Amino acid sequence: MSILQLAQSVYLSIRAHGEETYPHECCGALLGTATPEGWQVSASFRAGNIRTDSAHNRYQIAPLELVKIEREARRQGLDIAGFYHSHPDHPAQWSQTDFAEAHWLGCSYVITSVAQGCATVTNSFLLAGAREEDKHFELETIHIAE
Amino acid sequence: MTIFIPTPLRPYAGGNGTLEVSAKTVGAALAELTTAHPDLRKHLFNSEGTLRSFVNVYLNDDDIRYLPAKEATEVSAADTLSIVPSIAGGTGCN
Repeated sequence: MSILQLAQSVYLSIRAHGEETYPHECCGALLGTATPEGWQVSASFRAGNIRTDSAHNRYQIAPLELVKIEREARRQGLDIAGFYHSHPDHPAQWSQTDFAEAHWLGCSYVITSVAQGCATVTNSFLLAGAREEDKHFELETIHIAE
Repeated sequence: MTIFIPTPLRPYAGGNGTLEVSAKTVGAALAELTTAHPDLRKHLFNSEGTLRSFVNVYLNDDDIRYLPAKEATEVSAADTLSIVPSIAGGTGCN
C-alpha cells in the first residue's frame, strides 16, 4: 500500500474547504513531490467547482484553472500530486462517477466525507494502472506530517 | 515552443515535464511530440486519431478545440502547449 504524506496544514485546509462549501462538493489540487513510497504533499490549491448545475453531488475543475494550477506548481518547484474533493453526507469512498472521471494515473485522489457540515473521514486513493483501460483505485495510507 | 507534460504522462515522455518542439502549428507540435515519444500517442489520441475526450490541450490560455483554426493554429517559439487531463467526479448520489 502506498503512503500519501500530507502536511498538516494541507490536511486541515482541505477538510475546512469541504465544510465551507457544504452541502456542495469542494475540489482542489494537491502539490508535492514524488517519493518511492508515494506522494509527499506540501501545498494545496483550492479550485472552483464548475458543476454549479449539480454541485451537491458532482464536481469539476475548469481545465484553464488546471493550466494555471500547473503553472503555480512549476513556479514552486512542485508537481501536481493529486486532487481532493468532498462527499457531502456520503462516505469517503470513491464512487462510480469518481472512477469514470479519474484520468490522472499515478496521482492521489483524496476524498473527505462531510456529515451535516462537519468533516469526518478523509481517505486517499491512488489511481493505479498503466493506461486508461486498466486503471483502478488503490486505498492509500495517509500520514499527516507536522 | 514549449510543451508541458502532466504528471501521469511523464513516464511516456522520457520522464520529462517540459519538452521543446520546433513545429509551426499545434497539430504539428503534437505530431512531433508523439513521434519523439510514441508511447504517448495512445494516451492522447483515440483509435480515430482524434484527441481523447478527457484530454484537454491548451495553447497558452486557449482550448485548442475552440480556436478558429483548431490544430492548424500557427504557433511561435514563445508559445506554450499544456496537456491537461480533465478532473471531475462526485458522489453521483442525490
